[in-house]
Amino acid sequence: MTKLASVAMAGALVMAAAACGGGEGGGTEGGGDGAARVGLAYDIGGRGDRSFNDAAYRGLEQVAEELDLEVQDLAAEADETDADKVARLQLMAEEGYNPIIAVGFAYSGAVAQVAAEYPDVQFAIVDDEANDLPNLTNLVFAEEQASFLAGAAAALATEEDHIGFVGGVENPLIQKFEAGYVAGAQHINPDIQIDIAYITQPPDFTGFTDPARGQAAAQGQYDAGADVVYHAAGASGNGVIDAAVANEQLVIGVDSDQYLTADPEEQPYILTSAVKLVDTAVFEFVQGAVNGTAEGGTVRFDLANEGVGYSRSNTELIGEYEEQLDELQQQIIDGEIEVPTEP
Amino acid sequence: MNDRLSPRVRDRLSSLGLLAAALAASAVIAGAITSAVLLATGVDPGYAFAEMFSYGFRPNSVVAIINQGTTYYIAAIAVAIGFKMKLFNIGVDGQYRLAALLGAAVGGAWVLPPVIHQVVIILVAVMVGGFWAGIAGYLKVARGISEVISTIMLNSIATGITAYLLTEDRLAVQVQGSNNIGTRPIAESGWVPGIPAGFLGANNEIYGLVLLAAAVGVGYWLLVNRTRYGFDLRATGQSATAAAASGVEVKRMVVYSMVISGMVAGLIGMPQLLGASHHYALDFPVGLGFTGIAIALLGRNHPVGIVFAALLWAFLEQSSLALTIHDIPREIVVITQAAIVLTVVVVYEVVHRIGRRMQQQRVGAQLGTAEVA
Repeated sequence: MTKLASVAMAGALVMAAAACGGGEGGGTEGGGDGAARVGLAYDIGGRGDRSFNDAAYRGLEQVAEELDLEVQDLAAEADETDADKVARLQLMAEEGYNPIIAVGFAYSGAVAQVAAEYPDVQFAIVDDEANDLPNLTNLVFAEEQASFLAGAAAALATEEDHIGFVGGVENPLIQKFEAGYVAGAQHINPDIQIDIAYITQPPDFTGFTDPARGQAAAQGQYDAGADVVYHAAGASGNGVIDAAVANEQLVIGVDSDQYLTADPEEQPYILTSAVKLVDTAVFEFVQGAVNGTAEGGTVRFDLANEGVGYSRSNTELIGEYEEQLDELQQQIIDGEIEVPTEP
Repeated sequence: MNDRLSPRVRDRLSSLGLLAAALAASAVIAGAITSAVLLATGVDPGYAFAEMFSYGFRPNSVVAIINQGTTYYIAAIAVAIGFKMKLFNIGVDGQYRLAALLGAAVGGAWVLPPVIHQVVIILVAVMVGGFWAGIAGYLKVARGISEVISTIMLNSIATGITAYLLTEDRLAVQVQGSNNIGTRPIAESGWVPGIPAGFLGANNEIYGLVLLAAAVGVGYWLLVNRTRYGFDLRATGQSATAAAASGVEVKRMVVYSMVISGMVAGLIGMPQLLGASHHYALDFPVGLGFTGIAIALLGRNHPVGIVFAALLWAFLEQSSLALTIHDIPREIVVITQAAIVLTVVVVYEVVHRIGRRMQQQRVGAQLGTAEVA
């Protein structure tokens, strides 16, 4: 009898908790209060990678400052399913966020479903163009073009004719970086030795979030005689930069201008960065969405529209190669050089 | 007859009741721990919980919780089969990933008539999962290698094999316009339609394979409680030497248990694969096997207990989304989950002792009255 009572009590507790929650829930629903609120959902890795996701965040910050809009960013978890991504986007749509930006190709399926469910909300996805919906803008980048210039810069700067590449996860996106980098380096010096390393293979995506293994991979390449290493490894790239500093060798950053985010003692070793202006893409999309001019379909960012490029912040190192690099850049824009997208 | 049966039924009911009480008590304790952490970080726990409940009980959230719970349930049952025999199958993770990959590859390679198509995919997944777990079972009985070590290593090997196979020269095709690659999509004849959840007011659908999870639960209960194998399993789990002395072939039991655990593990990816994604791609969920371990512990390896544990787990994960939008770190839920798993072990033991003492008193009282009569 006492057992039964305790069970009943436990049950009552749960019910009470549920009822209490449900009751209070009624008051908090319905967010939208006129002004546009901008939502942004990250890929795994999240903020703090000083690279891809941080670039998206900078765009969001710019939105908050210059457009004076309320912004909210939500991070993904490493082992989540598509359903979690759907739920995240649905939550933002229900809470009145509009426009909503999904960062990373992993959102492809989720954003297609939610965009169809909320036709009045403007969505964007970075790094994916699999979907074609009137209220979904695909923001894609010609990473291989920026990587081509990074490869050329590496080949110009190397003294050993030996350079390296550290990729985070060996997936088609990062292979685009590799392909461009190799093509650029070989364009300058067909006989150059290029070491290629990937930190992990899919489905293991920790290669984007593991600075220690990034450092180990880069250390291996410096030990083997490489004197410039380019990384496309998200947050793991912080380890690659550490290795460069420890070995007093050069490193090329990715996505953001990593010279600007680096510590002063790291800066002398950062030759350049293959920049992917996710921040500009995010900002321009939000601006368009707020003004009502955002359209469905694909917006491609490449060298021609300055959506990708190489950074000139480290004038001491990159200055002497700028002329050559700019010439290559023009040749790519003019179509004289075709950059491969697969290794 | 009725009189003879009723004590057993009563015992079973009371053990289920104890389980529910232990779960509820540990949920309360975990809630208190979470509240303390929230208070320490300057968040009003009442506000945080209210937000979680309000979001967690929205129709779409309920559907998401049921779907996620379905997957967790199968994962936890796979782990529980090993636990019943004191086998620690940490390899459920690798088993289901490999099973889902090869099941998806076979399902995408051919278009078969409906029903046959789904059955073929599921059978392939079950066989792959069972085979992968069977390796660990074989190594344990033939070479004496602890299944803990071998299954962890087999997880890594499964990751490596997946990376090898999931390339464009082998099983994968590039998803059009995307940076994703996956197996060839399964034709519609191989899909399992969802159950419309309009009755909950939701526009998302419940996985059709929620029924598969239910069947797995019933099958698990029958296997453990109603078969010779189940008896041997429990006996071996309680004392391998005693079981061996009474004629149970312990080595064979180890291999069987690992294989069956792996076969169930092969089903984990099926609701997601056949109900939602229809191909195995880079974004297929990983880590479900480890979640299954926690949920099996929480549900005390009981087929009904695991239902509650899986739903609770899924509820916490889903409802924690509401926290992020109010700038409360959702990792707080991980603390809740960890606290629940830890406290449930302790609380269950305490409740179990109380129950045993009460049983002894009852038996003592009955014996006492019998003597008087």
